[in-house]
Amino acid sequence: MSEIMIELLISAIWETLLMTVASGLISLVAGLPLGLALVATAKGGVAENLWVNRILGAVINAFRSVPFIILLVALIPVTRFIVGTALGTWAAIVPLAIAATPYYARIAEVSLREVDKGLIEAVRAMGGNRWTIIREVLIPEALPGIVAGFTVTLVTLIGASAMAGAIGAGGLGDLAIRYGYQRFETGVMIAVVIVLIILVCGIQWIGDRLVAQLDRRQARN
Amino acid sequence: MNSHSVVDISHSQSLAQPSLGGEEVVRLVDVRRRFNQTVALDGISLTVRKGEILGIIGRSGAGKSTLIRCLNGLERPDSGEIVIEGKRIDQLAERQLQPLRRRIGMIFQHFNLLSSKTVEANVALPLKIEGLPRSERLARAHELLDLVGLSDKAKAYPAQLSGGQKQRVGIARALAARPALLLSDEATSALDPQTTRSILALLKEINRKLGLTIVLITHEMDVVRTIADRVAVIDAGRIVEEGSVRSVFAAPQQEITKSLLSGNRPHLPEHLQTRLGSSGNSLVASIDLIGAYGQQQFFADLAETLAHGGSLVQGALDHIQGEPVARFFITIPADQQAILERLRAKLHAAGAHLEVLGHV
Repeated sequence: MSEIMIELLISAIWETLLMTVASGLISLVAGLPLGLALVATAKGGVAENLWVNRILGAVINAFRSVPFIILLVALIPVTRFIVGTALGTWAAIVPLAIAATPYYARIAEVSLREVDKGLIEAVRAMGGNRWTIIREVLIPEALPGIVAGFTVTLVTLIGASAMAGAIGAGGLGDLAIRYGYQRFETGVMIAVVIVLIILVCGIQWIGDRLVAQLDRRQARN
Repeated sequence: MNSHSVVDISHSQSLAQPSLGGEEVVRLVDVRRRFNQTVALDGISLTVRKGEILGIIGRSGAGKSTLIRCLNGLERPDSGEIVIEGKRIDQLAERQLQPLRRRIGMIFQHFNLLSSKTVEANVALPLKIEGLPRSERLARAHELLDLVGLSDKAKAYPAQLSGGQKQRVGIARALAARPALLLSDEATSALDPQTTRSILALLKEINRKLGLTIVLITHEMDVVRTIADRVAVIDAGRIVEEGSVRSVFAAPQQEITKSLLSGNRPHLPEHLQTRLGSSGNSLVASIDLIGAYGQQQFFADLAETLAHGGSLVQGALDHIQGEPVARFFITIPADQQAILERLRAKLHAAGAHLEVLGHV
């Protein structure tokens, strides 16, 4: 591989990492409250409100059903409004975050829903209010699942960011398509795939370690 | 209250015997609750006095879980009055119930400890909710862990504890906010017999030491027998029998009580039970004795009766709340019924009870 290709590869790694981490963090900050809202407003939840629950669920499902490549294009006016441009790495973060947020909300919802109802009852019995339940029970008890779900979301975002090449966002996926696929540079393709494997493994490894640290549900020696 | 007032003689007397005539901590009047078509509580009325341990026993589905949840407002009755420490709680909104719940501790069958928090943080949680500063919370938590014998586990996580230890943490947590009332929801049902005994002993000790009122629900008569002062038997949402543990154990009136007690009391051997009918060569009778009734006289009378060709087939003497309670089964030839009637009269005069069950 030429020196130029190596430079391209390095900047592509940075672009991918930037898109993944930035949109991942946004989806965490926005998705977790949405997941909490889904669990809290569900039947028997701490703030039961079936109408809110249904509407929220429907909106989340709607966003999740749109293929990412369509969302990418459809959100161009929104992106232009937020970032000032519809092209480039920063512009890709907007649709990536908007796609990942409902995805992560559902993952967080599953973890939060699986918290033992007995624990919620115990905290209610000691006089805790809704916020106490969320702060002391739901989030800490679901934390291993919340972190594991975030890992899954980050890995999914690495894949999705490949499509962001369509709006000139760059990144590893874009490099693989333009050089590896369209220009038949097998070396570039292989290099990109190896880097992606390392990235995915690295994120998964960090996530797994973190979950193991947080999970107190099983006895540990 | 004015418990130290000089004029209030009756009250100061009642202090000497807290289990009798103490002030009411819980009063339920005609409490009803239904879930769709099923009636969970069908007009429950009961009173629990300060310092007392009330055992509520019933089969699963009898309504006891709903009942205990009504006492701290986790469940709201459809109608009826629930008064805790002189305050009606059945109409209160969730927000108004929250401060009141701090006066009521609760322990659970599955302990319900937060797995993400250490033992000390679990015990301190009610105090965190109350808004106490961290140093005070931890000091109180350690005090309580000391009380339940788990000082060395303060930094452990619940997953590292045995079932009995978890329940001790549960008890420490329930006591953290110095409640007036402790609710126990099948607290020993998930524990082995030995651990159950140690947990019950701890509850009894706490009841004595702190004068804490305890309401416990269970399906195990043994639990009631071991620590309760009074028992209420609940069946299909109604209290069908209520009284001191001693009197209910010695002479259960209702079929449901008898069947709940069957594991704890001697019963007729299977081979006789199956043959029991209205005709046969022998009569089968049961004898129930309570209290320090003259044992020597009883065994003399019994021996005299059995001398007429009868035999003792089953029986045991036990102690409930420190008093002997005995139950025996005898058979006697059917033509000796007059002898049996004589024994019945003697026993009856002494406050014991003989019942002819049938022929074999």
